[in-house]
Amino acid sequence: MARYFVKRLLMAILTLWLILTATFIMMKSIPGDPFANEKMILPEIRANMEAKYGLDKPLFEQYITYMNNLLHGDFGISFKYKGRSVNEIIATGFPVSAALGLSACAVGLALGIIFGILAAVKRGKWPDYLVIIISILGVSVPAFVFGSLFQYVFAVKLKWFPVAGWGTFAAFVLPTLALGLRMIAYIARMMRTSMLDVMSQDYIKTAKAKGLSGMSIIWKHAFRNAVMPIITVSGSMIASTMVGSFVMENIFNIPGMGKYLVNAVKDSDYTMIMGMTAFYAIIMIVTMLLVDVVYMLVDPRVKMD
Amino acid sequence: MTKKTEHEITRQMFEQLPVDTAATTSQRPSTTFWKDAWRRLKKNHVAMASVAVLLLITLMAIFAPMLSPYDYATQDIFAVNKGPSAEHWFGTDTLGRDIFTRCWIGARVSLTIALVATIINVLIGILYGGVSGYFGGKVDLIMMRGVEIIYTIPDLLWVILLMVIMGSGLNTIIIAIAITGWGSMARLVRGQILQMKSSEYVMASQTLGGRFSHIIAKHMIPNIMGPIIIDLTFSIPSAIFTEATLSYLGMGIPVPLASWGTLANDGAKMLQLYPYQLFFPALLISLTMLSFNLLGDGLRDAFDPKLRH
Repeated sequence: MARYFVKRLLMAILTLWLILTATFIMMKSIPGDPFANEKMILPEIRANMEAKYGLDKPLFEQYITYMNNLLHGDFGISFKYKGRSVNEIIATGFPVSAALGLSACAVGLALGIIFGILAAVKRGKWPDYLVIIISILGVSVPAFVFGSLFQYVFAVKLKWFPVAGWGTFAAFVLPTLALGLRMIAYIARMMRTSMLDVMSQDYIKTAKAKGLSGMSIIWKHAFRNAVMPIITVSGSMIASTMVGSFVMENIFNIPGMGKYLVNAVKDSDYTMIMGMTAFYAIIMIVTMLLVDVVYMLVDPRVKMD
Repeated sequence: MTKKTEHEITRQMFEQLPVDTAATTSQRPSTTFWKDAWRRLKKNHVAMASVAVLLLITLMAIFAPMLSPYDYATQDIFAVNKGPSAEHWFGTDTLGRDIFTRCWIGARVSLTIALVATIINVLIGILYGGVSGYFGGKVDLIMMRGVEIIYTIPDLLWVILLMVIMGSGLNTIIIAIAITGWGSMARLVRGQILQMKSSEYVMASQTLGGRFSHIIAKHMIPNIMGPIIIDLTFSIPSAIFTEATLSYLGMGIPVPLASWGTLANDGAKMLQLYPYQLFFPALLISLTMLSFNLLGDGLRDAFDPKLRH
């Protein structure tokens, strides 16, 4: 078990290093430079700024500085927000994105699993069809359509919730639902398939033959086995959701990572993009590692090769 | 064995039966895998309706802009933000452009991006996955680790990073989606090839002296086409989705050209005053996605009835 973990950890570090290097190369190969938009810039000021951000040094030296800074938890400086570091953007944006993402995941996983079980148990009856319709619509309608629609119906027309903003519980509801809906659809569909698969297994027949009640079979025998694929996908789902939703944060004007990143892209603020991508990669890799460990603890059948 | 025994088996011990023609000729005309799949698909009304919708959308994308009396880029300050009417079926936008025409120009752009990007995706995926699965061992290990690494960062973020480097534009979007989305296809093909390599029918063909090219052409490709086509039907909507999301975020194709994503973005800005401007592009995107998803489900059932749930 310890060996397996160390192996996974080394693999994670290698992956992280490769991604960080790839981002560095990508960002350095952008034509033009961050000062291109500031047309009236004096050559001396420009030289000063380049020196300050290390842009006048050879590429390899820039790479070493970049990696060294990352090792010390310094993600760099933003060009757009003068005097503001990427760390500050992460410190203000990440808690917002994480709160939104995690609550959307909680809604998505809980309702998705419940709907999936319901559909599988009531197979071929109306709850099943309802869940199938919800899940197909959920994966077919783009997130921004849901977001805009929710905003229009519940905020503009019905005035139940604020149109946009952040900080109050009421402002929290619509983006969470809009973000969670797709997850409900995805998880419900997956849970239904997995549950149907498990329900046709021999040990379920044995449990029925022993005279166990329907509820007992579903919870103790079917659910535990059927939920395994959900655990696998939930890792990357949680990781990618909690680093921020580009679309929802823009629709509802939420000051999270997604909104900052989109702004950074629009301003071609490449140190910012690079720093945020590095942060994304770290979050993703750590979460995947945790999921692997959880998976190993939950399912003893997973071979630790 | 050459030694004769007392209980020798002689010809006299057997009696010849007349040829039973009824048992040796097949009762039904023989069918191929593809005909069989097509027969099953034809019975699936939902999948056939999806095909019809997709055909209709494609035909409209080709012909509607030609037949429409309006141009997608021409602005008309006297007909700004007009709701749907007999003159402008889907209404006009904030610059007085006909939304009906723009929606079908958008369909051209969105579908072209999706199709071209997906085809490149599939080709890269087949090649990468095929090589990885065929050689196996160390090559496979390293190549699959590569896919895993690419997978660590969400597709959309890779596409955004590439767009930052290459600048926005129609070709850039196609390239960005094409070179980031092949991971799942590579995994699929690799898995299939690995499975096939150890299967009995490939071994039988090898034993009978089947050449490498024969095995690839006659056994591997026909067997792998089903899963590839299914994956394709799910990849096209996801490419449409990525393009729409990028355009929605303002990183997509430049004005005055339109895609469903940019139209939805324009519409969303006017949502509180003129909701119809978002409704039509959103409807078209959703309808296309829905049709592709339902067709994909239908194809999966048609190719592999065992998987039907």
